[in-house]
Amino acid sequence: MTRLILMLVFFICCSTGGEIAMTHGMKQVGEPESFRPRALLRFIGKAISCGWVWFALPLLAASFYSLLILLSWAPLSVVIPASAFNYVVGTFGAKYLLREQVSPKRWMGVIMVCIGVTLVLLT
Amino acid sequence: MSHERRLRFKTLVMVLLMVVCANLGDLMLKRGMLQIGAVQMTPAGIWLALLSTIHNATIWLGIFFLIGFTFCYMTAVSWADYSYVMPAGAFGYAVQTMLAVIILHEVVSARRWFGVVLIVVGVLLVGQTHPSTTTPKVASS
Repeated sequence: MTRLILMLVFFICCSTGGEIAMTHGMKQVGEPESFRPRALLRFIGKAISCGWVWFALPLLAASFYSLLILLSWAPLSVVIPASAFNYVVGTFGAKYLLREQVSPKRWMGVIMVCIGVTLVLLT
Repeated sequence: MSHERRLRFKTLVMVLLMVVCANLGDLMLKRGMLQIGAVQMTPAGIWLALLSTIHNATIWLGIFFLIGFTFCYMTAVSWADYSYVMPAGAFGYAVQTMLAVIILHEVVSARRWFGVVLIVVGVLLVGQTHPSTTTPKVASS
């Protein structure tokens, strides 16, 4: 049981941490000047040379493999709600680490999506 | 077009592209793995599966779409909030259910339909908030 809880915590930390690091990196890169091929290539070049993007990639890979391990250890009824809980943890991360303003309406939407994803994936 | 409407429009386009690429990518990977067959969990079986995936065009098509998903996601969060893009991307689960009913004629349980309704209402609620509450910058050369 302890092993399962530790792996769940590891999965949520890697998944949310990876996505927050990726967002932080992309905010530093900035949005593309336009959607012309040359501007997009410049945008990709800047993203590839951003340290935060490279910090995010192993975390996202670790979250993927820890999800596979969780699926082999525990039933879907445990793993799916835990992975849907990422929406809530991610929103906390966005609010406190990325300094995004999360209004009550956005919180309500995130919680509904979290419950909805759990219901869809469990059937 | 005003800045606000332009921001909403390009975020919506990117999220829709994310959903399309993720769904097509998953579909192609599943089709490719069905062509390869069940993987034997022995060193030789895993090695054979690896070689088969490398030589399978459908798997490469799936990888292409998933790279497209990653690119769209990275582009979207370069200007929009993570707490806006992340739940909006869940709209893909609702699309998957609708495709399963329309194309595959699957029977969907009431619980799953309730989940779809919650996702759609949740995404609509998030969609009504401002896509960016931080100050993004424009990539310069």
